[in-house]
This record gives sequence, structure tokens and C-alpha cells, in this order.
Amino acid sequence: MGRTFFEKVWDDHVVADLGDGAFLIHIDRHFLHEVSGAVSLKEIDARHRTVRNPELTFGTVDHVLETVPGRGMTTRMPGGDDFLREFTERIGPHGIRFFDLHDRRQGIVHVIAPELGVALPGMTFICGDSHTCTVGGVGAFAWGVGSSDSEHALATQTVIMTRPKTLRVNFTGQLRPGVHAKDMILALIAKYTADGGTGYAIEFAGEAVRSLPMDGRLTLCNMAVEFGGRTGTVAPDEITFAYLRDREFSPRGADWDRAVAYWRTLPSDADAAYDMEYELDCSTLEPQVTWGTSPEHSVAIGGVMPDPAASADPIARTSRQRAADYAEIEPGASVMGLPITGAFIGSCTNSRIDDLRAAAAILKGRKVAEGVTAICSPGSTATKLLAEAEGIDRIFIEAGFEWRESGCSLCMSGATGGESFPRDARVIASTNRNFEDRQGPHVRSHLASPVTVAASAIAGRIADARAFASKEDEQ
Amino acid sequence: MSMQPFVTETGVCAALMRNNIDTDQITPGHTGMKVQKTGFGEGLFFNWRYLPDGGDNPDFVLNQGPFRDAKFLLAGANFGCGSSREFAVWALRDFGIRAVIAPSFGAIFTSNCYMNGVAPIILDEAAVSAIAGEIAPDHCTMTVDLVRQVILSPGGREHRFHIPDLQRERLVEGLDAIDATRKRDDQIAAFQAADRLRRPWVYAVEGAAA
Repeated sequence: MGRTFFEKVWDDHVVADLGDGAFLIHIDRHFLHEVSGAVSLKEIDARHRTVRNPELTFGTVDHVLETVPGRGMTTRMPGGDDFLREFTERIGPHGIRFFDLHDRRQGIVHVIAPELGVALPGMTFICGDSHTCTVGGVGAFAWGVGSSDSEHALATQTVIMTRPKTLRVNFTGQLRPGVHAKDMILALIAKYTADGGTGYAIEFAGEAVRSLPMDGRLTLCNMAVEFGGRTGTVAPDEITFAYLRDREFSPRGADWDRAVAYWRTLPSDADAAYDMEYELDCSTLEPQVTWGTSPEHSVAIGGVMPDPAASADPIARTSRQRAADYAEIEPGASVMGLPITGAFIGSCTNSRIDDLRAAAAILKGRKVAEGVTAICSPGSTATKLLAEAEGIDRIFIEAGFEWRESGCSLCMSGATGGESFPRDARVIASTNRNFEDRQGPHVRSHLASPVTVAASAIAGRIADARAFASKEDEQ
Repeated sequence: MSMQPFVTETGVCAALMRNNIDTDQITPGHTGMKVQKTGFGEGLFFNWRYLPDGGDNPDFVLNQGPFRDAKFLLAGANFGCGSSREFAVWALRDFGIRAVIAPSFGAIFTSNCYMNGVAPIILDEAAVSAIAGEIAPDHCTMTVDLVRQVILSPGGREHRFHIPDLQRERLVEGLDAIDATRKRDDQIAAFQAADRLRRPWVYAVEGAAA
């Protein structure tokens, strides 16, 4: 019997079998940021422990660091300055590479890890952030951990984990124009629910995935955690190798050739079996937008708010009713056309160069509707500089968007009392979480792709970007 | 910090029967995340537990009668999904919760529970709903036996569960995972030595040092 991609990577990282499904797993790359990293390093220091392999560890600031122009090492998040200070003071003495706010390599951890070639195929990669699964897009086995697991990895270069089951998601058919990776993952979570992938290492496969450029694969894997997955991955192929070649921390010369030869052995064997398989047809897929307070509350953009009372299970019924009450949407109402007061393009889900280019194509020559606060925060300083070199910043600014520095920005900061939308706002965002209060107190967040966010910002209401794109084509 | 061992515990069980209770709700970020591992009990379920004026929300279960002293929490599917913030487990622990019982959990949350002496117990939806149905303010005492892996519900029914041996031993004995793993440093060194030959690029990290 052949092995799956995940099983090959797992087998190559087992240090010890601890019994009853638990294993000691080697960590190839560990990324720290100022929130969970500050706590981990403080504990390491308090117990006089050393970092076992500082050369395999990296750090940057992204979570509470402000994204407003002219930012410094202070933040409006209550208590946030302590995280920035403690992290910055503690990381250096351990000899860990650190990209501070002035470094061109600074950015959201999951955006810069593939961009810099820190995350590579077949590697185990952890970070104290749930969206670490993003970098599964380059074929790494990547997952988020808490501060204690991070501390364990700092001290031992391993983590203890239960071996997950394997799940393959087959995205069949080809995406139609105007439909993106974000729509694929939202539709999947809506179809199989937010814990549909719980207990699994998920491999995204199929024709539509193989055709996705790297930025789309990263978006797809980003939301594996919103599906309950321990990790989300795309097996490495020629697109992966082309993307990673000559990145700053990618192997070079003979090491590169050896690495690629190894990476080519990783994809699943033809006769490999998965514990579970799901399927989603991309050939008829529509752009998606969420209505409620879980990523599973997603509908096609032309669709209507489902009736919570239609849920058979009583707990699901109560939960969906609560979400509908929070969102203030009536069953049967159209989601498209809901008026918005905020729009955000950024976060580890959709802030990469392809996302900014696609949004700019919608925004070019148009203006954000009156009464809409529109913000763009590129995912990394390098992405921001590249976008500026292409003139994308001018398109955003002329349309009426704020053009910010890179960081987690309104995805994370709103929930922590930092940068946030005003109370009761209804916003559309390219982020990953529409949880209650996620982007500010009682803010209603609708998740969508960057083009849907751009089109909605212009319309002042949730809109279908394909209407804008087709108008462009006619000209 | 050392963990509090968990062998058999008897106490009040509160029910919060919603799906997808995320860690943002368990510990909203604005309630003051601090660079430490304790002192988060007051912030537990902050937005649900308190009214905007700071007073207790009387509609929220943990503000009602005996449930103020809850030791166990019943919940819907996917409890602890969302952010990896360990503050969520620290807040539950600091409040006094020793076990959460739900049909499924966020994976990172589960791992964080094991690290901090809180038991994430999986029971199927029917069992969780059945226990929730038995709970009343004057009838809410439950027993969780981690050694036998059995819950004795307020109604006197037994429900079996499974927690992997290693994690269960850690909970029962209050063991520090790092100390245990460091005893295996020879194994880690041997793994790295062999792996270095197979995948040298993993260890010879290119690029400029810090």
C-alpha cells in the first residue's frame, strides 16, 4: 500500500513513538511573533532554559504592531506595548533571526514565511498562530500552536502531537472567471461545516488546485483551520519549485537540486488511501460571501440568508439563530446589496501581490462609495514595495482607500482594542474570521475575496465583482 | 508553572449549548492579554458575561446561582475553534474549569488544554445534549474520572470517553511536558544527525543571519 503526501512527511519527522497515537515530532522551522512569542520567550527565560536550535527559528512583529503610516513600537491595543517590548528585548539574546519593523523582510508571519523561502516543501513548520496552516500552500506540514507548545519547541525542537487522520479534498473542474481560491474554501466550509475537517491533516487536490498559482494555494490552505483541520497542504509541484527558487532562505546550488529531488518523491502514491475524501465541483462555483459569525455561514453572492429554523439539529438551530440576530439579517433576504460602511483588504488570507493586483483591476478609475471607510494593508513590507513599484498603491489611493503598512491590521487588531471599525459597522473583508466582535465591538464582518471586497467598496453595498469586470471587458 | 493533577473531580457542570464557540469569545482580546500565563479568569467570556456598563449579565449561565462555581462546561461542536491564543485555556483554568465536554474541539485548543491541566473531553452530540437536559440549578453535580475515563452525569448515567494515554497521564500526574521531552535529548540529537544527511538544506539555513 502506498503512502499519502502527509504520511511521507509525518514519517520523516517522527523522533519517537510515545504510544496510543502520540508522537514526538521534529520541528524544522519555528516562527515567533510578538504575542505568543513574547509569552514563550518569557517562560524560557524565567526557567533559565536555552533555545535548542536558534538557527531553525525566526521572528518578526505583525500582530499588535500598528499599520498606520509612521508607526513605531507603540500600539493602541491595551497592553500591546508590553508584547512588543518583551518580545524585542528577549529574542535577540537567543540568537534568533529577527525581522523588526524597519526590516524589508517584516510582514505577517504566514505571508513572509513562503515569500522568504523559510517554509519549504516537506518541512514541519509551526508558529504560535492558528493560521500557520497557510504555508501548507508550498507543501510544508504547517500548523498553529499555543504558547506552551511553542515553548516546548524552543527548548527541544520538537512537539508532542497525536497523529491526525488524512483527508483529501478534491476540487474538481476549473474555476470560472471571477471566482477565486477564497470562494473555493468558503464554499467547502459551508458545505461540510466549520468542524468538517476536525481531526484531519487535509490535502487539497484536484484539477482546480493544481491550476492555482502559489498565492491562491496559500489562501486555500490559510482557511484549513476554519475547517477544523490540523493542517492544510498542497503537494509540491513545478509551480511550487518555480515559486521557491532563489528566495532568500531557499537552498541554493547543489542543495537546491537535492532538495527538489527529495520534494519530487513526496506527492501521494497512486495507491495511497485516505481516511476520508470530500469533493467540491469548481466548474459551477459562484463567488462566496458570509452572512453570519462563522466561516461556515457562507452563500453564493446571488444567494439568500438561509432560515436558521431549517436546521434539523437543535444546537445548530440556536447557534444559527444567534448568528442571524447578531448579523441583523432576515431569513430569505439577499446578501448581495447589503449596505456596508467598511471594506478591508489584508490579513494572512488575502494580502499577497496577486490579491492586490486583482483588487486594483476592479478599483482602477473608480471611487469608493461615500460613507465607506476602505483600508488596504499589504501582507508584507516586500509586497507593499512591489505593489508600489507597479503603481498599485496609486490605484488604491486614487479610489479612496487608505494604503497602510504591513501587518495583521484590522483582522486581529479590532478584536484586541487596537485598530478597529466603529461599533455596529457592517464591513466586508478579505480576512478569515467573521466572529462576533472580531473587527471591533458589534462589528458585522462579511468575508469574501479581494475582488468582491473591492467591488463592494465601490458600490457601497455587497456586490458581485463580475459585473465590474465585464464592464471593463466591453470597453 | 506546575500543573494541578486531575484524577477524579466532582463539581458543578454548566451548559453553554452553542456550536463554534471560538477563542475570541472565550477571551476577547480587548480584555487585556498580558505577557504571562495567569490572571485571566475575570476576562473569561467577557463580552457575554458582562453588560456594557461592567455589571454581570444575568442571562449568562456562569452568572447564575451554582454555575458561578462551575468546574465543568458542556458545549456544542467545535468548542475552542479560532485563534491559537492560549489565554483562552488560562482563562478557563483560572475561573476553575477542569474539563470541557463537547462533540468536537479546535485542534490547537485541545493541545493547549493538555498543556495546562484542563481536560478536553469528547462525547457525541446525543450524549452532550442528554447531560445538558439533566442539568438544573439544584441538580448540576457531576463527576469526571480521568483514570477510568468515565463521566457520571447529574442524572446518574455513565458516559465513557477516551483521552490518549500520554495526555491522560500528564493530566493525572500534572507533568511538565518539556522536562519529560528533555530526557529524550539523545533521541532528538540522533534524529537530527541522521536527518542532516538526508535533508542537509533544512539545517544549513541560507541567507543573512540576524
